[in-house]
This record gives sequence, C-alpha cells and structure tokens, in this order.
Amino acid sequence: MEIDTGDTAWILMASALVLLMTPGLAFFYGGLARAKSVLNMMMMSFVSIGVVTILWVLYGYSLAFGSDIGSGLLGNLDKVGMQGTLDQVSGTLPELTFSSFQLMFAIITVALISGAIADRAKFGGWVLFVILWATVVYFPVAHWVFAFDDGDGGWIADRLQALDFAGGTAVHVNAGAAALALTFILGKRVNWPRDPGRPHNVPFVLLGAALLWFGWFGFNAGSAVAANGLSAIAFMNTQVATAAAALAWIGVERLRNGHATAVGFASGAVAGLVAITPSCAAVNPMGAIVVGLVAGGACAFAVSFKYKGGYDDSLDVVGVHLVGGIIGSLIIGLLATDTVTGGPEGLFYGGGLSLLGKQAVAVLAVGGYSFVLTLVIGFIVDKTIGFRISRDDELQGIDETTHAETAYDNSGGSVGSYTPADANARQGVTA
Amino acid sequence: MKLVTAIVKPFKVEDVKSALETLGVLGLTVSEVRGYGRQKGHTEVYRGAEYTVDLVPKVRIEVLVDDLDAEKVVETVAESARTGKIGDGKVWVTPVDSVVRVRTGERGADAL
Repeated sequence: MEIDTGDTAWILMASALVLLMTPGLAFFYGGLARAKSVLNMMMMSFVSIGVVTILWVLYGYSLAFGSDIGSGLLGNLDKVGMQGTLDQVSGTLPELTFSSFQLMFAIITVALISGAIADRAKFGGWVLFVILWATVVYFPVAHWVFAFDDGDGGWIADRLQALDFAGGTAVHVNAGAAALALTFILGKRVNWPRDPGRPHNVPFVLLGAALLWFGWFGFNAGSAVAANGLSAIAFMNTQVATAAAALAWIGVERLRNGHATAVGFASGAVAGLVAITPSCAAVNPMGAIVVGLVAGGACAFAVSFKYKGGYDDSLDVVGVHLVGGIIGSLIIGLLATDTVTGGPEGLFYGGGLSLLGKQAVAVLAVGGYSFVLTLVIGFIVDKTIGFRISRDDELQGIDETTHAETAYDNSGGSVGSYTPADANARQGVTA
Repeated sequence: MKLVTAIVKPFKVEDVKSALETLGVLGLTVSEVRGYGRQKGHTEVYRGAEYTVDLVPKVRIEVLVDDLDAEKVVETVAESARTGKIGDGKVWVTPVDSVVRVRTGERGADAL
C-alpha cells in the first residue's frame, strides 16, 4: 500500500502523545509518593524513556515486529538496528512511523511497573530490570498481541484472535502482573502498612492524570494506525469510559468514606483509561459507560486488597492496572458489538461465550507469563547487583541517599555552603 | 511583667492581631506550630486508607505586657480567637523576670 499523508500525520502526532504519557505517569506517581522519594519515583519513569528507546532501535522492534519465527511467539532479528525499515511502508504509514508509535508503548509499559516499588528500589537495579524485562517480557508479549501478519503474526492477535485494541493485556495486565511479582522480590517498605505513606502532592497527581488522559487519546485512537472511523470510535469511547470511571470511583468514596477526593477522581480516571484500552474498538459509547462504571467502581475497592494480601504495591499498580486491564479485556467478551468490531460479538450481543473464552486465554497467558518471568528477572537482579536499598537509606529518603538531590528546599535558604563543581572556579569564589 | 502566650486557630490570627492593636499592644511574636489537645487531630482518606493527622497546625502568639495589662490582653485574645468550636486553643500567662530592648539597652517596663 501507499503512504497516506493523513494517517501518517495522525500517527506521528499520536506517537508524541503516547510519549507524553510517561512524564505524565511520572507526575502521577511522583505526587502519590512521599516528599523524600518523589525524584526517584519520577526518575524510574524518565530513565525508562532512555533505556527502552535504545533497546528498541537495537533489537526491540525486531523482536516485537520482525517476521514471526514460528508459532506466533517472537519476531526474528531481520530488523535489528532498524535495518531495512527506513524506506519501507507499513500499512499506510512509513514503517518508521509505525515503529516510533509502538516504541512509546514499550516505554510506558515498563514505567508503569515502578509504582509498585516506591521508596526502596536500587536505581541501578531498576535500570538492569528495565533492560531484562523489556527484552524477555515486553518485546515477546508485544509480538503476541500487536503483530498482525495475515494469520502469521503474534499468536494472540493473529491466531487466537482475541481482541486487544491498544494493549489491555500487553500493557496493563502485563505491567500489573509484573508489579505484583516485584512486590514479592523487594518486600514491604519499612513501617508498611502501619505507615502506608500518604500522597505528598495531590496537585501533581491531578496534573499527571491530566497528562495521561490527554496522551491516552494517542494511545487508543492512534491504535487504529489510521485517521479513520475506527479511530473516531476509539477516541469517543476513551473519553466516555474515563469520565464514567472517575465518577464511579468518587461515588464509591462518597458512599464508603463520606468524602469524594481529588486523588480518587484521578485514580478513577486512570482506571477507566486502562479498562477502555483493550475495549475502545469493541464497544459502542453506551458500552463504554458500562466499562468505565465497572472499572472505576471495582478498582476503588481493588486498591485495598494489598492490605489483606500483605504485599506492598505502593502506588496500586495491581489494583488499577492489573485489575483494570483484566476488566477491560474480559468485558469485551460481554459487550463487543459487530457494528464496531466488524465481526466478533460478545455474550450480551448474541455472540455466545467463545469471545469471552479467547479473552480469558489472552489475559491468563500474558498475566501468567509476565508474573513468572518477572519473579525470575527480579530474583536475578536481587542476587547480582541487588534490588533493595538499605534500611537506613530508605528511612533517610532515597532521593538524598541514591540521587544526592532533594525535591524541595525546606531550609528557607542561606543554610549550608556551596562548593563549585569546577575546581578552577573555586578561586573566583574565594577571591 | 508577664508573657501572655496563646495557641489559636491559624485563620483567627488576623482577628487576634487587630483586636490587640485596638487595645494598644505595640508588638507581638507569631509562630507556626503543630499540636493537639482534646481535639485530637483529624482524619484524611487517600484511596480508601485512613490517615490520622494527630498534630494539627496552630499559631502561637506571644505578647510581653505590663502586669496590669495582662488580664485585659488575655481576655481580648480569648474573645477574638473564639469560634465556639473544639480546637479553639488556649491562653496562659507566665511571669517574666527581666526584659532588655536590644537596641537601647533599656530594661524592665521601659523595654516593653
């Protein structure tokens, strides 16, 4: 096919939108974190942008979107170093545009996991984890779910034909299951759950949620990889489900705790965005309201599981992304309508149980693979360079002990002295 | 001489200050403090988890006064800081042995 300028323009823009989600996530997580660890929290997201981008160009794109090596499990190495892609066309886009769009998904999926391990992960351990996890978990799973090749692509997308439009399984179930596994590798924070750590900057949480919401239009509507009717449906459904989920979450709070909170609205919005991710091109806007209400309401309860389960999922990656991802993926089996999908229908539209079954297989396969492999990778990181900072460093604050900087200057100024980094400049100061 | 110390709700500081100005008090010191009395803090809820904030923000006001003015100052502070609700704070008076005005070296009542 030939390059379509309209499609290309939209996907170039959508790629930038999806990239913006990761800084958005950094603010969302950073606001939820403590004042003494907000920089580390944000850095775990930002460093993922650096690391995953390089991996993607080196071999990530090839493993995810190279020709299938057989059985739909992995791409081959034909596109290592982006070779042979510079003048190619993918659908109606330059292949590089498709590749840069998909790169942004890889970045945010890895970054999502970091919310589970606030305050306590060695930075070097996190960087090594990002390298290993992207390589062993994300790139293969992206191939399973996103690589279409006329029946010869990824096994979930092209052979099982489960529906996951923008990554409910590949991104959210994947990151959520990995987050759960990492809480077992890293253990609880000192004093958790007696002191769960209240959000240190709620406006940051709202800012982050706003950037995520904005960027998510690129994520979902961009996943049509075209500027067409399907992208219009995905766009509208994304907005509708997110609004419904935010309202559902604060509704639950109002009834349960007596107050609708800002953190609750932001969390509900993210839960809705997660759940509509796989389903935005399977349901109609009325269905999207249901997706949002179910996801927002359920996740408002799911974030409390960690206290019963005893795992320190610090910023609720499991409660929002794993649970929201599962809901959004399975609900397709109930609410999918052929007027949107152009074929497969869910149980409530007379399609029987077959689609729901396929969705369940996709969820279990991705979730199980991610959980087990993450345990292995986390164990390796922990036993080699170490994955957890010392108790003293954690109590003092990871920003100060790991990064030698702090987010906020509470001294009121004029406390302490400066030593110029450049030795030559020192004379100028003392003179 | 007496030191009148008051712990009041932060949003009542302006009322107390202007009431004391009207009374003719020439100077006072204000500091932001945290503490609790019978009010015992308040509860905040984040993602369903309740956090009890034991130490609530208050403002401490300190006024040095002549012995004869102490009672009137105490009454003025108490009246202007009162909302009638729990957490309004306290006012107390302590004796002061000596006072020096740093600039001039004046002592005692002259330094007030």
